[in-house]
Amino acid sequence: MIALLIRDLRLAVRAGGGFGLGLAFFLIVVVLVPFAVGPQTQLLAAISPGVLWIGALLACLLSLDRIFALDWEDGSLDLLATAPLPMEGVVSVKALAHWLTTGLPLVLVAPLLGVLLNLPVQGYGWLVVSLAIGTPALSVIGTFGAALTVGLKRGGLLMSLLVLPLYVPTLIFGAEVARRGADGLAVKTALLMEAGISFGVIALLPFASAAVLRINIR
Amino acid sequence: MSIWEYANPVKFIRTTDKVLPWIAGLAAVALVIGLGWGFFFTPDDYRQGSTVKIIYIHVPSAFLAINAWLMMLVASLIWIVRRHHVSALAARAAAPVGAVMTLIALITGAIWGQPMWGTWWEWDPRLTSFLILFLFYLGYMALWEAIENDDTAADLTSILCLVGSVFALLSRYAVNFWNQGLHQGSSVMRAGAATGDTTERVSNVFAVPLFISIAGFALLFIALVFLRTQTEIRARRMRALLARERQA
Repeated sequence: MIALLIRDLRLAVRAGGGFGLGLAFFLIVVVLVPFAVGPQTQLLAAISPGVLWIGALLACLLSLDRIFALDWEDGSLDLLATAPLPMEGVVSVKALAHWLTTGLPLVLVAPLLGVLLNLPVQGYGWLVVSLAIGTPALSVIGTFGAALTVGLKRGGLLMSLLVLPLYVPTLIFGAEVARRGADGLAVKTALLMEAGISFGVIALLPFASAAVLRINIR
Repeated sequence: MSIWEYANPVKFIRTTDKVLPWIAGLAAVALVIGLGWGFFFTPDDYRQGSTVKIIYIHVPSAFLAINAWLMMLVASLIWIVRRHHVSALAARAAAPVGAVMTLIALITGAIWGQPMWGTWWEWDPRLTSFLILFLFYLGYMALWEAIENDDTAADLTSILCLVGSVFALLSRYAVNFWNQGLHQGSSVMRAGAATGDTTERVSNVFAVPLFISIAGFALLFIALVFLRTQTEIRARRMRALLARERQA
């Protein structure tokens, strides 16, 4: 499992720049928003948690099709399927690698971009916490979507259509935590709900993803 | 004699051929009575005037939008567990009907919402979860269309249906938390129904034609699903015949 994780991380960092793509996209979204809505600091402060969450979500979505597509094309996915490691393990490692290369950098950069959007001071901690809890769920859900569409030519659009509604609960609670944190309100309920959804997804969805992947490889 | 006999496509087609005209006819009768009664022979509402009459389309279609997904869920489970092709095809056949019902519920809701709430669209929990449900229908249908191998498509879509059901439920409660809405709670079946207390629920003057309309929509749904399932079975059989001919 660790070998597979290291391999995936190396591939993400060295080959094809999948690593920076999500980050660059996140940066661009956040930089473009003030141009679109205007430079009033109050307005920006009010929408900044939501914009940061949407940016992170879309950046996550952008890199999803890399999870399985390359392995599918060169046949290493078939090798992984015959390896002693169960498919659930493969799927979980893939999701973890995706999170480490996409989600984690987004979490780390988000506070910096918060400055650009004039995020209120008390919001930074909760923004990082909510993204840190929510982005693993985004990666795991995205792995499910990628597994569903792995065999398809140009499955990207279909995958977005499948994955976006699945993202709704995570987005609602995650953005709610960030927003309430920024407004200085109590975040406990939203945070618990987000954590519950996130952990539930991480625990259960790999089984669905593995089942789907087995069907696709069959 | 068990229900699994109808998993045989021949038996399914023979039986549904027999009952289909009856169901379709009943659906037509119920729709004519329910909608006709609702539109022309009910009094105007005290406050809403005649706009209340869109309820005879809005409520039945919303009811079916949810129940069509439930039916697809059951059919998908049957496909996963017992691998009856008719079941998978029935789920596939029900999806577009359910999607259209969702769309009807959304559109009639917007038309009703404009004069009553003063807005076409409101990010209200019920409206939002219906929009999400619509997206689920779209994704489900798109996945069916995208995959060429029939069995693979049936497997993947049924898993998507299971996972989607869980997430649809989650979203339903998440949006409740996210925004309190304008849409009223369900009042068709309120407690007042048993006691005859008409202040708490939809009055009988409106309720009876409403139930007839719901029955009409449900029968229409069943008829459409039977018909579309038959079409899917015949289309698949045709493809199998063509493939056999090509091999020979």
